[in-house]
Amino acid sequence: MLDEKSRWTPYWQAAPLAIVFLVFFVLPLAITFMVSFWTYTGYSIEPALVGDNYASAFDKCIDSLPDLCTTFRTYLSTLKFCLMVWLITLVLGFTIAYYLVFEIKSPTTRIVLALLTTIPFWTSNVIRMISWIPLLGRNGLVNQALMGAGITHEPVDWLLYSSFSVTLSLVHINTVFMIVPILNSMSRIDKSLIEAAYDNGASAWQTIWNVIVPLSKTGIAIGSIFVITVVMGDFISIGLMGGQQIASAGKVIETQITALQFPIAAANAIVLLAAVLMIIWTLLRFVDIRKEL
Amino acid sequence: MTETRSRAFYILSAVFALYVLFLYGPTITILVLSFQGPSGGMTFPMNGVSLHWFHNLWAGIGVPNVVDALSNSLKLGIVVTIITVVISILGGYAFRRRFRGQDALFFTAIASLILPSIVVSLGIALEFQLFNQTITGWGDSLVENYVDIENPTAWTNFLGFIGSSIQDNFQTLMGLFTSGLGAHLTWTLPFGLLIMFAVFNRFNPAYEEAARDLGASPWQTFRFVVLPMILPSLIGVALFGFTLSWDEIARSSQAVGSANTLPLTLRGLTTTVTTPVIYALGTVTTAVSFAVIGTAILTLLIVQARRRRHGSDAGRGV
Repeated sequence: MLDEKSRWTPYWQAAPLAIVFLVFFVLPLAITFMVSFWTYTGYSIEPALVGDNYASAFDKCIDSLPDLCTTFRTYLSTLKFCLMVWLITLVLGFTIAYYLVFEIKSPTTRIVLALLTTIPFWTSNVIRMISWIPLLGRNGLVNQALMGAGITHEPVDWLLYSSFSVTLSLVHINTVFMIVPILNSMSRIDKSLIEAAYDNGASAWQTIWNVIVPLSKTGIAIGSIFVITVVMGDFISIGLMGGQQIASAGKVIETQITALQFPIAAANAIVLLAAVLMIIWTLLRFVDIRKEL
Repeated sequence: MTETRSRAFYILSAVFALYVLFLYGPTITILVLSFQGPSGGMTFPMNGVSLHWFHNLWAGIGVPNVVDALSNSLKLGIVVTIITVVISILGGYAFRRRFRGQDALFFTAIASLILPSIVVSLGIALEFQLFNQTITGWGDSLVENYVDIENPTAWTNFLGFIGSSIQDNFQTLMGLFTSGLGAHLTWTLPFGLLIMFAVFNRFNPAYEEAARDLGASPWQTFRFVVLPMILPSLIGVALFGFTLSWDEIARSSQAVGSANTLPLTLRGLTTTVTTPVIYALGTVTTAVSFAVIGTAILTLLIVQARRRRHGSDAGRGV
């Protein structure tokens, strides 16, 4: 079937894809790495081979130990958000996927409900963040309700522009990244396995923990990679919902870009990239992504 | 499994309902508040119902580029959609066969999907800054070497002309349809490719072989056999292409140059605008998203209905 001429077909078919990724992804990353060793003037970046940018990224980090320097504190705070958002989205995503796969019997209902959880993913994240303002603000609905019910007399301040609102908004936006892969893994579980567990006297919890969770492992890992990498690099949600007051690894880079300190921003980007790759590498030890497609 | 609804079903249904409320509640709130009366504020209560803030929005809210941003995002979204669909189909086809560099390309696509957007955005910005510096450098050296020199020839005049043209006219290669387009494609193409993978993993090549055996050319096989079969998934790819581009902010942030997209403008407005006009803009943006999602779902349903009517004639004695 494959004649000599068509041997080259996959190459030209893959070429546009490869070119886009080469020009707009691989080359930019390589340039970022290169520029992280450059110097800069007010209006241009100049070739050099200096470690100054990394030194400034980790300014006084070793000297001031055991106190944490700014960079370490920023990463620690970013990791804290990661952990919180990851735990909440994992529990929430798993519960919802479980409900859709094992409690909803009609396939049509399942598709409609699954679609219901996915549709917001196709709408604007910025708007989904702004949407919390009338609910959580000082005069927002939540405060009106709290004061109306006599629970507080003063409006509660920590609802908006706080760690709380950042976490809430990150969960709001990213739970879908957990639901979809877990749903995908779960719907492939042979229902007779559940029956077998049930027949052998397993309780509902035992079935979930010993049958469903291990068989959903790939979905959980893929969802976790998504959520953790998104939160690690986030600067939009943390910026908007934190009232531009909370630092994050991504926000540091954004601030430096605004100040036109490109080489320092590049050095920080490489550090962030290394941190994210380490996390992904750890998670990939649990799963082979290609098997899932 | 048990046939009667268990207690777990009701508890989980309640959890699901609360989640859906959590998901849609805030957006519905700003949809309602965007119809706030002229004297109303950014929170409840509603001071009457009006289209005041939409009029205000259309008038430009003193920020003249809102309408520009809307049209920028719309144009970019359409271009991104078309390119995403075409490149994803080609890429999907390529991956049906073995070729060298296959794994590298696959992992690059996955990496493009999950690596932090701020890093990608910065990388593209740096890349284009280097392009700009290079071109400006060429212009300067051409002018230095070929303008006002002794013994000019037609050729040196030409080079000098190019040099001074660059000096006079060149500003930046960065723009909505260069760096901005590229930034969006690094985000939409991985989704398109993954959808095409899912499609072709379940695609039976016997249909294509049958077409070939009946004398169809490769193009005819694609046009009349494969395309109709994969059409629903292509609608999915287009849906992802448009909506992801329309809402994209993290990768655009450093990479669109001076032209702003709608999400970037919206983010800027959150710090400067303190009236419900921002909700009106949110409502318009969400309405566009919903129109696109609705069109996609409707088209899918129509395609399926047509299939049922025109599908297999096996057993009908045709």
